[in-house]
Amino acid sequence: MPLIEIDGRKLDVAPGATVMDAANQAGIHIPHFCYHKKLSIAANCRMCLVEVEKVPKALPACATPVTDGMKVKTRSVKAIAAQKGVMEFLLINHPLDCPICDQGGECQLQDLAVGYGDSASHYREPKRVVKDKELGPLIATDMTRCIHCSRCVRFGQEIAGLMELGMPGRGEHTEVMPFLETQVTHELSGNVIELCPVGALTSKPFRYAARSWELSRRRAVSPHDGLGTNVQVHVKNGRVYRVVPQENEAINECWIADRDRYSYEALNGEERLTVPLLREGDAWVEASWQDALERVAAGLARVLENRGADAIGGLVSAHQTLEEIYLFTKLLRGLGVEHIDHRLAQAGATVGAGARWLGMPVAALDDLQRVLLVGSTLRKEQPLVAQRLRKAVKRGAQLNVVHSVDDDLLCQVAGKAIVKPSALGDALARVAVALVEAGAPLATAATLAGVTPDDAARTIAASLLGGERKAVLLGAVAQNHADADRIHALAGAIATACGATLGFLTPAANGVGAQLAGALPGPAGMNATQMLAQPRAAYLLLGVEPELDAHDAAAAGTAMRNADFVVQLTAFRTAASDYADVLLPIAPFTETAGTYVNMEGRVQTFHAAVAPRGEARPAWKVLRVLGNLLNLGGFDHDSVEAVRAEVLPQGQDGIAAHLDNTSPADAGVPTAAGDGIERLGETPIYQLDPLTRRAPALQATADAAEPAAWLHGELLARLGLEAGGRVRVIQAGGEVVLPVKRDDRLAIDTVRIAASHPLTAALGARLGGIRLERA
Amino acid sequence: MSLNTPDSQVCLWTLAHDDPASLATYTANGGYQALRKILADKTPAEAIIAEVKTSALRGRGGAGFPTGLKWSFMPRSVPGPKYVVCNSDEGEPGTFKDRDILIYNPHQLIEGMIIAGYTLGATAGYNYIHGEIFEQYQSWERALAEARAAGFLGSDILGSGWDFELYAHHGYGAYICGEETALLESLEGKKGQPRFKPPFPASYGLYGRPTTINNTETLASIPWILRHGGQAFLELGKPNNGGSKIFSISGHVNKPGNYEIPLGTPFAELLEMAGGVRDGHRLKAVIPGGSSAPVLPADVMMDLTLDFDAIAKAGSMLGSGAVIVMDETVCMVRALERLSYFYFEESCGQCTPCREGTGWLYRIVHRIEQGKGRPEDLDELVRIGRNIGGNTICALGEAAVGPVISFVKHFRAEFEHHIEHKRCLVEN
Repeated sequence: MPLIEIDGRKLDVAPGATVMDAANQAGIHIPHFCYHKKLSIAANCRMCLVEVEKVPKALPACATPVTDGMKVKTRSVKAIAAQKGVMEFLLINHPLDCPICDQGGECQLQDLAVGYGDSASHYREPKRVVKDKELGPLIATDMTRCIHCSRCVRFGQEIAGLMELGMPGRGEHTEVMPFLETQVTHELSGNVIELCPVGALTSKPFRYAARSWELSRRRAVSPHDGLGTNVQVHVKNGRVYRVVPQENEAINECWIADRDRYSYEALNGEERLTVPLLREGDAWVEASWQDALERVAAGLARVLENRGADAIGGLVSAHQTLEEIYLFTKLLRGLGVEHIDHRLAQAGATVGAGARWLGMPVAALDDLQRVLLVGSTLRKEQPLVAQRLRKAVKRGAQLNVVHSVDDDLLCQVAGKAIVKPSALGDALARVAVALVEAGAPLATAATLAGVTPDDAARTIAASLLGGERKAVLLGAVAQNHADADRIHALAGAIATACGATLGFLTPAANGVGAQLAGALPGPAGMNATQMLAQPRAAYLLLGVEPELDAHDAAAAGTAMRNADFVVQLTAFRTAASDYADVLLPIAPFTETAGTYVNMEGRVQTFHAAVAPRGEARPAWKVLRVLGNLLNLGGFDHDSVEAVRAEVLPQGQDGIAAHLDNTSPADAGVPTAAGDGIERLGETPIYQLDPLTRRAPALQATADAAEPAAWLHGELLARLGLEAGGRVRVIQAGGEVVLPVKRDDRLAIDTVRIAASHPLTAALGARLGGIRLERA
Repeated sequence: MSLNTPDSQVCLWTLAHDDPASLATYTANGGYQALRKILADKTPAEAIIAEVKTSALRGRGGAGFPTGLKWSFMPRSVPGPKYVVCNSDEGEPGTFKDRDILIYNPHQLIEGMIIAGYTLGATAGYNYIHGEIFEQYQSWERALAEARAAGFLGSDILGSGWDFELYAHHGYGAYICGEETALLESLEGKKGQPRFKPPFPASYGLYGRPTTINNTETLASIPWILRHGGQAFLELGKPNNGGSKIFSISGHVNKPGNYEIPLGTPFAELLEMAGGVRDGHRLKAVIPGGSSAPVLPADVMMDLTLDFDAIAKAGSMLGSGAVIVMDETVCMVRALERLSYFYFEESCGQCTPCREGTGWLYRIVHRIEQGKGRPEDLDELVRIGRNIGGNTICALGEAAVGPVISFVKHFRAEFEHHIEHKRCLVEN
């Protein structure tokens, strides 16, 4: 271990460390702009110049490796002179527009200028002006402020895996810009806002909305994907103004996905439901909570009395808190209802022995050497998991894919089998047999008789047999699949055979929590798909929009419209306005305390950042009162902590015992891989939940473009369709007309049509047969 | 030994022959003999490096770093690809020597690169040729084809069992790509921007592999050294400054051009060879080593010999050997303005002091030249220059500052006159 001296302090540092690392270790701050711990070293800003004994020039701390016996002075006359010299250069062309700059108050340049800048400028020449760039709806630019640190460019190259920003030009004419004036479209793009040490890249929706020092910071957990991303909610006068990352190395590191950052816009939107509404004939009338809850209690009691508990279905969103989901299921079970589910998008996987989860810590994804990713549109389902796997691949991991589309994961892929959705199970079976061929022990409930591996399966098997630290990860398409049990069984067998961990990429923020809270059908209960296919007389809905969330949107719509009594607890006015009887305004994640359990089984609690809007109330309080009105016992909680103590008595310590990825004993009969064309219906990244669906900036991105029918070129030719034209899509008795687009990365007989979207809500199963006709 | 004649010339001796660039001319005069001998004898790399060290050959591209020492840094034993790169990105204003080697003696450069490849354990070599010269690029490519046909390149060279290949790469004309690490970036297909060092190219060079980069004239000197011996090369010049060197003399002389003469030759003799200062005028100042070198006044210059050490002692540098001669009609403010504009325009923009500072320097000098100077400007120029120098990733920052500080130092009165009278001291 090199022993060095820094500002007179002796220090043992790791070999290969830089002077910057050593200073951080010693708690000494060296001013810097281009240096960032997650990015490669650029050494271009020159702000971190320090004096090193016996070296004539000042050296950049970020790029200078320590050597044994090195003596560093970060505050010597020579070091300070170099740092001040650099600061002067940074400021000469930087505009003095701090008073109207959104970065003001949280600007590295501003902060360091106080310490290293002169009070008056020597610069008397004309200042540089740089044309702003259009980067799309999320990121605002003031490029004159850019100090060319290249952090945003390196982020694209190194973290996002997609270089959407570059730095063409030379000398003073160097400018950060998107190539060919395309917009920045990456799902992690907003992170450049924090990376930018000045106000060149700022949040477009937040522009000129508030000054940073006026904002109170509250910690929260992002309510979107299953990662459990930590965020800070910034509030002022009871309103959420923005969401920024809360660093947590074990989960999201210092990054957040764009939907984590921008979904807050929906909280303040016009679509919020802020008062209980009761249906009176064809009209909606505002009501007091008392009246509304009495109407709900009376309605449920009437259905129970007339048709029994079997006539009631309960659907809850896994984006709700653990406490809310728990009280929801407790209430329904108290009424004798067994048709309870949170897995609306799933065609019907069996309920396992325990909660399905990632199978390992999130941070362990970085260190994987072999991965088999099954049925996952990873970048759009789990933007930050994709980032971690990219990191693993950069470190030498081999990523293998079994899916219906060969989407660009922005990293190298070792082996892949791209087949139409109904053939996903068969593709896995081929991998399993290839493993057997290679001598791996295999035991599975799924039948492998008559399966012969192809080259793709052998490539994947060979990859999986190498290396250490492996995982087989099941994505949303695998989980939503009609053959989910078979896919699960095969994936489990493959994992066991090659010594990998089997994991589920939980699509929703509280997917594991919803399982722990028991939001699953009882022994005689129907799952979500069943209770929509066999319509119930009454539905209690918590945070769900069945016509968007369900596996079969058309069936969900029919079931809802035909039900006698529908109660929706919702933060927004939704399509339920057409069919519900009572709408109860509940608080979204920023307005309630609660708990999410992320995909690795981590319990994360948070407090309300602001008071509920209007008459909205936290759902746990609503359910608690409703329990009392229905005369159910055990609804006396006076705090969210009391609810949590009931569902998770041992807190985090009790979780592990409930996590279980064991494959189902019965792998089910595979649905025949038909000859026909099949739909690949995924949830678009900004249609995941009620918040993302209503966030204007996210809805203006390319990822939120209106659904189209995407087909492989061969299929287009076979059907006589043309990209750019329109096609009539018919499924489950419903039909829509969509634009035709070509994507040769799709499996041949696959047509990709987004689910979870109002424009495709007339269609049926997300993954199922579909008919196309010339429009 | 007479000056500027073939017998004292290492690189440009082929000009005494018809068809100087041809393989026939080169081989008829001892060409490729050094390579043949090395391959036949299986001369150890250490012995070759020792010979180069004896020769006191110093880098001809501008920095003057001892070539033998640089070669000894190359980790020959590291497995995998290693490279030798020739820097023919001759972009230093005033310099036009490497292009003549490419045109008139390409085979000696090829032989030098092959020997370097053999000595340094390289698998391939690249010649990065300046983007704005075309005839030279073609001349080099023609010579490469001849060398390949003659079996000097490719696999099993001259039956030795050793494989080596050379490639040409045409640059795009950015001055910064003459900086060795920016050259490597550009060669890799990236934007030409210097890398920070360490790591140095010897450990992390082209495509991250060990790489040695030498100037054209340096590599072209190698066959001569091995044929005649390092001692002979050393004796051609003076101690610590071995060999002859091509001086590109330009400006106000009667016969501007390339003159290959022994290092240590008095400047006065070079000036005489170049026909002296143009008629009726007298010498005012000389930039002895390319535009980056600090300017020296006539009286200082007339007493100097042309070698690395003497010129460094006088406060400038021999650089690439580009001698820019200015007579009394030159307005030093105007001259500095042009030089400063060059560095402002050619700064790559990567690191702060150079990106921001070169523009600031140029704008002040430009203002002075336009008659809008202020008395404090001169001290300001020096202050800004000192904040750039030493604080940048590469040497372009210092190169931009060298002229500014030296012009102001040696010709301050002329600058002051410009500021005070808003016009030139020089009548022209």
